[in-house]
Amino acid sequence: MSEALGVRSQGSGVRGQGSGHTPATVLSQNGKAYRVDRPAPASQAAGVQLAARGIMKSYRKGSCVIPVLRGVDLDVRAGEFLSIVGQSGCGKSTLLHILGTLDQPDAGSLQLSDLRIDNLSASRRNLLRNRYFGMIFQFYHLLPELTALENVLAPVMIGQGMVRYWANRRQHKDRARELLDMVGLSHRLKHRPSEMSGGEMQRAAIARALINEPEVLLADEPTGNLDHSTGQEVLSILRSLNRQRQLTIVMVTHDDSIAEGADRCVRLKAGLVEHV
Amino acid sequence: MYKLLLCWRYLRTRYIALASIISVTLGVMTMIVVNSVMSGFSNEMQTRIHGILSDIVFESHGLEGFPDYQWHAARIHELVGDRIAGMSCTVHVPAMLNFQVGGRWVHRQVTVIGIDPETYSTVSDCRQFLQHPKNRTGADIFTLHEGGYDQQDHLPGARIVARQGLENAGLERRRQMLKRERDLLEMRKRTMPQALRPAGPRDPFEAGPIPNEAAADDQGVVVKHEAEALSDAQFPGIVLGYALASFRGRDGADYFLSVPGDDVKLTFPTAGTPPKAVSATFTVTDFYESKMSEYDSAFVFVPLSTLQDMRGMIDPQTGAKCVTAIQIRLKPDADLNAVRDKLRASFPAELYSISTWRDKQGPLLAAVEMETSILNILLFLIIAVAGFGILAIFFMIVVEKTRDIGVLKSLGASRGGIMSIFLAYGVSLGTVGCGAGLVLGLLFVRYIDEIRRMIERLTGHEVFDPTIYYFQEIPTIIEPWTIAWIIGGALLIAILASVLPARRAAQLHPVEALRYE
Repeated sequence: MSEALGVRSQGSGVRGQGSGHTPATVLSQNGKAYRVDRPAPASQAAGVQLAARGIMKSYRKGSCVIPVLRGVDLDVRAGEFLSIVGQSGCGKSTLLHILGTLDQPDAGSLQLSDLRIDNLSASRRNLLRNRYFGMIFQFYHLLPELTALENVLAPVMIGQGMVRYWANRRQHKDRARELLDMVGLSHRLKHRPSEMSGGEMQRAAIARALINEPEVLLADEPTGNLDHSTGQEVLSILRSLNRQRQLTIVMVTHDDSIAEGADRCVRLKAGLVEHV
Repeated sequence: MYKLLLCWRYLRTRYIALASIISVTLGVMTMIVVNSVMSGFSNEMQTRIHGILSDIVFESHGLEGFPDYQWHAARIHELVGDRIAGMSCTVHVPAMLNFQVGGRWVHRQVTVIGIDPETYSTVSDCRQFLQHPKNRTGADIFTLHEGGYDQQDHLPGARIVARQGLENAGLERRRQMLKRERDLLEMRKRTMPQALRPAGPRDPFEAGPIPNEAAADDQGVVVKHEAEALSDAQFPGIVLGYALASFRGRDGADYFLSVPGDDVKLTFPTAGTPPKAVSATFTVTDFYESKMSEYDSAFVFVPLSTLQDMRGMIDPQTGAKCVTAIQIRLKPDADLNAVRDKLRASFPAELYSISTWRDKQGPLLAAVEMETSILNILLFLIIAVAGFGILAIFFMIVVEKTRDIGVLKSLGASRGGIMSIFLAYGVSLGTVGCGAGLVLGLLFVRYIDEIRRMIERLTGHEVFDPTIYYFQEIPTIIEPWTIAWIIGGALLIAILASVLPARRAAQLHPVEALRYE
């Protein structure tokens, strides 16, 4: 599967581990003491990678509390391409942020394989975001001061100490170039985001999300800011990543036609999941 | 790694932040310049003060002084002899200096110091301030020389301005005056009506008082050298403070009211009670210029024994001569205050006042020190103001970078990592600011006189008037430790000012930061 993208075979030398890492191995790479917070529930269906149970989240605006998520249950199976659709403001982005440990739920739990991750310490969640999740956003969110290549390398720099990064910088750069090549940006390595088109920026963002070989790719309206054909290109990249690398993808969109590209679609309405 | 990379990129792309550190640069520069000038100034002043004063001055309260210098000297040697490098006795008396300029008398209030030239040079560097090269190297300073007085300031660092009027000073001047006097008398003799002439032929150069001289002498003064008044032999020598007999014009050149070779009159009190004023004629043999205007315009030196005789400072019982002060020079490593305290403990304070040269000029030295510290506080406040500038601009940059901070957090960056980006940014800016301030400050100090002259040319105002301090150049001393403190303080302020924005950046919630538009 990975040969088709031509990435993993060489990239594995950098991490020395390939795709088979679980959250437990990711966290123990940090060298810190690691403890499973509670035993894995037996009820979980086989192959469920990310399980959200009763997620509640509300925002406070002055004195009035606005509930956004009112008990969302969601299972993301390993290797599936799941799309979450819903109207603007229904809480789908919030759900995605919670899934990606960027935000913490007011109530409920989040289970990654057999590890509860919503109540981990900040440094462990940083580590999870760096190694286990890849994220792409509607507005690409590339760092404007860095070139495309440096943007792609940013997660590696963040995840590794200066000395370690410097020792392997050539390998890292080669890998980043391959990824940019894969998304069709080999001619834009030294360009700043301001010199690139929206589609190019989003493709660079995908390359950045993939550099640390994540298990789950979280995409927040990846096509929301692109025209139809460019959006389709981005979508096809995601689809091929899912097909050829068995990458689990959770994509949030308000556009039903985009959502149809996914294996499975979950509709979010008024803070609750409507299964389609 | 990303921290350094981003910090570097922020430095390269945000020149507005450099504007905020220009104030740090200026503050550091000003502090370096001010401290260098102040320490140069105070060092120069201490050298001048110390040049004329001995290390420790042991003096009586009254003008009568104390008899038996030998006994006192032996006692002092007994107490602190191991630390003494030289000792000399002197007589200090307030006096009035009178001299004629263009036929009119000029009076100056002075302190006359009777010194023993042999021993006095062992306690004070006074000799190096004299204007005749021979006097500086050990000739009798109270004997008039043939010409050769410095026509230019011999002290190092002084501006070269020719001194008009010193070219004929010395014995040559005396001969000229004598000739003029003779011509005048000759002419008067010729033109005087026969009836007014004294009976019988009388040569004024043979003997007897000369009418002019006699008129000048009042109150029945003992002028034992009167007979030699119109020969080129001299009266007892006197060394005048430079500023007593000269004044400095706006052009920096000195104009002399009296030069070596001229005679002056000194009026001073006798030793008895009540003191009577007596006058005596002295011949100016040299000037001394310590460049400390307080001394140069107040002190005159005469031979000790002459002054003692003229004042009658003789103990009637023993016949020993009295002195009013003992000057002590210590060995270079001796502790001034310890020696002073030991002497104070052994001699009754109601009879003797014992002080170090620092005590004598204590208020002046303390004032300079206080000025320096107040200036430092004020200037450091300038850097603190600059710190608030950094704070404001950094907050702006953090706000501008809010979304990027969210992105970094979503990629797994820790709080510490985000914080260190902005801290490193602040430290780099602080370092650049301090470095530029250091270089500019040192350059300013190096070329301070050129800068001064340029400002004077541009504005037409005199920035540094040499007649006030008798400095021709602005003195500067660069003290490495002071500079280290300044740089350290400025860096600390830059770091403190970047801590708050960096903390704020680190504490941003990733989701809110990502949403920020």
